[in-house]
Amino acid sequence: MKVSEIESLGTFTCLQGEYEDAEIQAGYTSDLLSDVMGNAAEGSVLITIQAHKNTVAVSSLAGVVAIIICNNRPAADDMIEAARSEGIAIFQTSGNQFDTSALIAQHLGGCPAR
Amino acid sequence: MEGEQKEPLQSSLRVQELIYGLRISEVMTSKVFAVTRNCTMRDVQTIMKNNSITGVPVVGNKRVVGIITMNDLMNALEQGAMEENVTKWMVGEVQTLAEEMPLSFAISAFGKFSFRQFPVVNKKNELTGIITFRNINHALIRELSRQLREMEQQHENPHEQESVRLNKVYQLHRYDFENGGKASSEIKKFLKQRGIPSKVVRRVAVASYELEINLVAHSIGGMLGFDINEKRVKISAHDRGPGIADIEQAMTEGFSTANEWIRSQGFGAGMGLPNVKRVSDEFAIESAVGMGTMVQAIIHLNKESENEG
Repeated sequence: MKVSEIESLGTFTCLQGEYEDAEIQAGYTSDLLSDVMGNAAEGSVLITIQAHKNTVAVSSLAGVVAIIICNNRPAADDMIEAARSEGIAIFQTSGNQFDTSALIAQHLGGCPAR
Repeated sequence: MEGEQKEPLQSSLRVQELIYGLRISEVMTSKVFAVTRNCTMRDVQTIMKNNSITGVPVVGNKRVVGIITMNDLMNALEQGAMEENVTKWMVGEVQTLAEEMPLSFAISAFGKFSFRQFPVVNKKNELTGIITFRNINHALIRELSRQLREMEQQHENPHEQESVRLNKVYQLHRYDFENGGKASSEIKKFLKQRGIPSKVVRRVAVASYELEINLVAHSIGGMLGFDINEKRVKISAHDRGPGIADIEQAMTEGFSTANEWIRSQGFGAGMGLPNVKRVSDEFAIESAVGMGTMVQAIIHLNKESENEG
C-alpha cells in the first residue's frame, strides 16, 4: 500500500500532503517516542496520539514515512510545518489506535512476521 | 549556519567541549604537598610559603582526612596556635574529586563550593593530585592553541566537499524541546549524503537523539559534540548537572525520573540511555551528583556491526 492510499480507507483526513508517495513497508503503533525511535522499521506508518513537533523529529530519524493521529487529536501547526519540511505525510482519524492499527495492518497484508 | 541570533561561535563551543572532555587526571597537579596528622600548623605554613600554595591536604594512610586552607592557617596564627597539631585546625569533611571524572565536573564543583582547590583521589580513594583554577586555565589555553592550530591547518588545506570528517558541537538548553532533535537530524543528513549505510546512520541518529533529549529533559543544560572521521562517529554529551545518583538504575530499561509533562510528550519511558548503549559499539558514562554527567558513545562506520538499530 502506498502512503496516498491511506486517505481512501475512509475516515482519514490528510493534514500534510507534501510527501513522496512511497510504498509503506510496515506499521508501528506507539506513543513513546523512544520506543518509536528504537523499534519502528524504516518506511513505517506511525499510529499515535502524540501530535506535536517531536513526533516528526523522531519519525524523520527513524525513517517513518507517514504519521496517523488517532482520536481526532488536533495537530499543532509547528508539527505540520515540520512534517512538510521533512516530507512526512500526516493523517488524522476519529478511530482509536486499536481500530486504526487493525485497519492498516489488514491493508498492509496482515501483520508482517517479526 | 543560518542566521540564528546569539549562537555562540562553533570554535568556542569546541574548545569548551574539548576541555570538558579532558580527564581531571590530565589536568591536575600530580605533585601534591600534603601533611600527615602529626604535623603542626607551623609545618603547613612553611609548605605554603615555600611553594606558594593556598591549600594543603592532610593524609592518613594515603587517604585524605582533612585539608588546611589559608583561612585555617590565619585563624591559627591569630590565636597563636602555630605549634598545635593540624587535626585541631583542619576542615575534616573534604570534598574530593575522582581522577577519572571529566573536567566539567571539576568546573561545576568550583561553581558549587567556594573552595579554591580540590584534592583528587584514585579509585582506592588515595590522594593522587590537587586541582585549582590555575590548572583549568592552563588546560583552556592549551586547548585554545590546539584549536587555533587546527583551524589554521584547515584554512591551508580545506577538506574536500565529500570528506566524512566533521567536528561540531551543539549547545542544548533545559526544556528546549523545540530544538531537541535538530543536531541529530543535521548529523543524519550529513552522514546520509556521504553514503554511509542507512543502518549505521540510524544507529547514530538513535544515540544522538536520545542524548539530545536527555540533555533537554533532564539536565540544566549542556552540550552535544560530534567528532566524525572515516572510521567512526564519536558522540559526547556533557552537562552541568544535576548528575545521576545511581547510574546502574539509570541504565535499567523502564527507569526514569521524568516528570508528568515530559511523559505526556512521549518521553521519559526509561529507554533513553539503554537505547544509546544498545546501538553503540563503545559506551561510557560518568556522573556525579551536583557536578554533571558525561556520556560518550562511539559508532564504527566501516565494519558491519552486530548491533541492531
